[in-house]
Amino acid sequence: MFWQVALGIAAAQLTHRRRQTIVSTMGVALGVGFFIATSSVMSGSEKDLTRRLVDNAPHITIKDEFRTAAKQPVYLAYPDATVKLTNTKPREYLRGIKNYGAIVEELSQQPGVIAEAALTGQAIVRYASKDVGASIAGIDPEKERHLTTVERDMREGSLMRLKTASQGIVIGRGMSVRLGLGMEDLATVVSPTGLVRRMKVVGIFSTGNLLLDEGQVYMLVKDAQVLLDKPFIANRIRIKIADPDDAEVFASRIESRWGYRSESWQEVNRDFLGLFAIRNTITYSIVGAIMIVASFGIFNIISTTVMEKRRDIAILMSMGFRAFDIQTIFLVQGVFIGLIGMLLGWGIGLVLLQMLASVEFTIPGMSEKQGIVLDRGFFQFALGGFFSVVSAVGAAWYPARKAAQVRPVDIIRGAT
Amino acid sequence: MSDPAPLLEARGVTRILQEAVPVTLVRDIDLTIGQGEFVSVTGPSGSGKSSLLYLLGLLDLPTAGQIFIDGIETTGLSANELAAIRLSRIGFVFQFHFLLPEFSVLHNVLLPMQRLGVLSDAEMMERGHALLEELDIADQAKKRPDQLSGGQRQRVAVARALANDPALILADEPTGNLDSKNSEIVQEIFAKLVRDEGRTVIAVTHEVGFAAATARNVHLIDGRIDSDTRR
Ligand SMILES: Nc1ncnc2c1ncn2[C@@H]1O[C@H](COP(=O)(O)OP(=O)(O)OP(=O)(O)O)[C@@H](O)[C@H]1O
Ligand SMILES: [Mg+2]
Repeated sequence: MFWQVALGIAAAQLTHRRRQTIVSTMGVALGVGFFIATSSVMSGSEKDLTRRLVDNAPHITIKDEFRTAAKQPVYLAYPDATVKLTNTKPREYLRGIKNYGAIVEELSQQPGVIAEAALTGQAIVRYASKDVGASIAGIDPEKERHLTTVERDMREGSLMRLKTASQGIVIGRGMSVRLGLGMEDLATVVSPTGLVRRMKVVGIFSTGNLLLDEGQVYMLVKDAQVLLDKPFIANRIRIKIADPDDAEVFASRIESRWGYRSESWQEVNRDFLGLFAIRNTITYSIVGAIMIVASFGIFNIISTTVMEKRRDIAILMSMGFRAFDIQTIFLVQGVFIGLIGMLLGWGIGLVLLQMLASVEFTIPGMSEKQGIVLDRGFFQFALGGFFSVVSAVGAAWYPARKAAQVRPVDIIRGAT
Repeated sequence: MSDPAPLLEARGVTRILQEAVPVTLVRDIDLTIGQGEFVSVTGPSGSGKSSLLYLLGLLDLPTAGQIFIDGIETTGLSANELAAIRLSRIGFVFQFHFLLPEFSVLHNVLLPMQRLGVLSDAEMMERGHALLEELDIADQAKKRPDQLSGGQRQRVAVARALANDPALILADEPTGNLDSKNSEIVQEIFAKLVRDEGRTVIAVTHEVGFAAATARNVHLIDGRIDSDTRR
């Protein structure tokens, strides 16, 4: 019964000052709409980029190098002594991961872990008297499927054909176009040491990344070992683990176990991830500012109403309305503006998302047209709605309290 | 009447405003008013008539003394308890009508009933119409307050004061803004409320005629009761 009155009075006051109500509701709606649009663009691109970082590349790469240069034996022998050596020459050691088979074996035993020994290097691909410099990756096709997205990016042939074809290579679309090198063609691959091999194209991929599409060549590890003249050597162990978020811990465990530099995807992309944090702070501050401006609008309309309705408040109180009732009447107006603002804001958000989804553009360095990746999560809408209602109630709170503190005697004495 | 306690009793009621220089609004008011009494309160301007009425209606709190309504001591009651008593037992009519401008005449009369929440919606409508009928403004029910004349508005205010069937009606110069014809109509309404319905009416007035028509007159001077006469 009380709610009937409170809602009735609140609704009457809101509709009485229709224009201000609409303006302040639109303020909230725009805030919510832009919040949804901005945060789904931001969160969408963040998720998309993170997914690419995580999916396109191994979670962890063990390299055939060490994080710090090896110390001279004399420093190890006398750790506390004051020693200075000059003109020393670090010991040459054979590049490559020793005993990589055992490491891969041990890692693969852990649940959810895929480990692949790989050999990378440089070579020149020559066809029809044209040359292209290429990064060679000697891989295991069976495992590579799980480690990177190259299989998904295959346009012709397949990665698996490397296993059946002898001397097969998989190249990118860009290289294929530049050299006029198609499926089943025999290219000449020249290693830095001058080794020349004739290899057959068994697959063509296209990632959209110009660098990869023009310069990456996949082959079997053993073919790479022969080509690069590094028999029985791998210089990378590429690892995928069950939960990408564990990669940093996992990498440091590997590093302390075997000593080789182990880079998690987070470490490699540290600056990227830092950028996300900065970007999120900036966008959410701006959206927060919009919401604050919107709640000033609500504060303004409710305060004005309270000021103008002091007589009504006084008579309601003399009739027997409690201070709480009066507070509720004005708080309800804030909630109402917040809720309507939320619903309209959802509508605006949907329209904005629709518009953003239809935008297409080309990023320099990418061969294919890109759309904006949106995170159309329920979460953005829920959060936007939550903000609008909370800021509306927050903005209405103070004037509603003021209304409840009106002393009817002061008003009635003044009015008569 | 089964309840032996008087409808309204004030014992030593004093209200002092704590300003830089303390202002005494009323002092040492002793007053007992029974059911069915029609009391006029008169006195010079600034003698504390309005202040006394607010105190008796539990809108303001005395700084000393006690006020009993139906034998219930109101001193020390919480603001919500006082509001509950005002809601069901007291009806106010002021010089200014204080009708809510956004609502129709009928809706204004329904507000106290809706807040009390005892009657069903249909019963409220019925009672609202009956009250407007009683005050001869039933034809104005759907209009807004600003579409009514001063006399009509004041009658709506009386109807609203009667909404929850209070035993006590407190009126502060209810005819102060009205011409003599409307003033007489309102006076007659109050007289009828007392005579036919057994309500108690306490009305502050400047009009000699109004005061003369009441059975009892309380005259204030400087916040004190100067005389309390029955006819
Ligand atoms: N808030 C206040 N501050 C200072 N003085 C006040 C205040 N309220 C009332 N007074 C004073 O208290 C006294 C009583 O006021 P009250 O309104 O009760 O008089 P009244 O008899 O109703 O007068 P009127 O016939 O003019 O309505 C007056 O002298 C008034 O000036
Ligand atoms: Mg007065």
